[in-house]
Amino acid sequence: MASGDRHLLRARDLIDARYREPLDVAALAQAAHVSPAHFSRQFRRAFGETPHQYLLTRRLERAASLLRTTDHTVLDICMEVGLSSVGSFTTSFKRAYGKTPLAYRRSFPPAARQVPIPTCFLMGATRPPGRMRAPRPLPTLESSSEEDTARMAG
Amino acid sequence: MMKVSHVNLWVRDQDEAIAFYTEKLGCELQEDVTIEEMGGFRWVTVSPAGQPDLRIILMPPSAMPGSPETIKKLEDVVAQGAAGGVIFDVEDCRATAEELKRRGVEFTQEPVEQFYGIDAGIRDPSGNQHRLVQRAMQPAEQG
Repeated sequence: MASGDRHLLRARDLIDARYREPLDVAALAQAAHVSPAHFSRQFRRAFGETPHQYLLTRRLERAASLLRTTDHTVLDICMEVGLSSVGSFTTSFKRAYGKTPLAYRRSFPPAARQVPIPTCFLMGATRPPGRMRAPRPLPTLESSSEEDTARMAG
Repeated sequence: MMKVSHVNLWVRDQDEAIAFYTEKLGCELQEDVTIEEMGGFRWVTVSPAGQPDLRIILMPPSAMPGSPETIKKLEDVVAQGAAGGVIFDVEDCRATAEELKRRGVEFTQEPVEQFYGIDAGIRDPSGNQHRLVQRAMQPAEQG
């Protein structure tokens, strides 16, 4: 890539960092100080795909990650990656991954089975309610009990 | 060899924290799972952009196994900014600060030159204080 093409790198950085925002090719071209048509041609020559494709790929890649590792709804994930139409999200997703977002999610173990929750939190959350909330002597800041320190450390 | 995979940040509200760390600081949401059979326990992690193997856990003090008094104490410590923060390594501290201010991030210290580089301070909505440091000498050069 020629050194004069730095604005293209900046535009790509902008896509990578701010895909959540309502970015479109017009806004990217404006940031690069060139016309949209000229910008798309230059971008494609430099990176092998149009800025529109690059932005969509970035959004779909993030959406796939969120489908695997969160329990957010498809609608929420669509919005979180900067897309506004669930219909076109589903269509683009299926074209890229060969499955609808929901089918893609179901092809992986549930996100809840994958998260490494520390034992101390598990113990806290599964302790019988009576014991968990039972008041106990407050340790002072100067001499907090070992038990308390251990709990804080997790 | 031991590597840090997760660090914990206490936050007062997980939704608010996700919005701050992703939309304002540019982190990626990595995990967000609510486990109903564990009393609605919600596990949330984010990673700095470009550092997906470091997970910052966003955890409310109320999820900590402890008495209400202990939890209240922790909440107070967090609100006072005394519960510990992280240091973000940035390429250009002044430019980053300008961008974060544009997004409405609260600064506790403007970028200043220190012997180790340029250093600024920010505060998250829960009160946690972090640093943005542009090191004068990059780690690769330290031999």
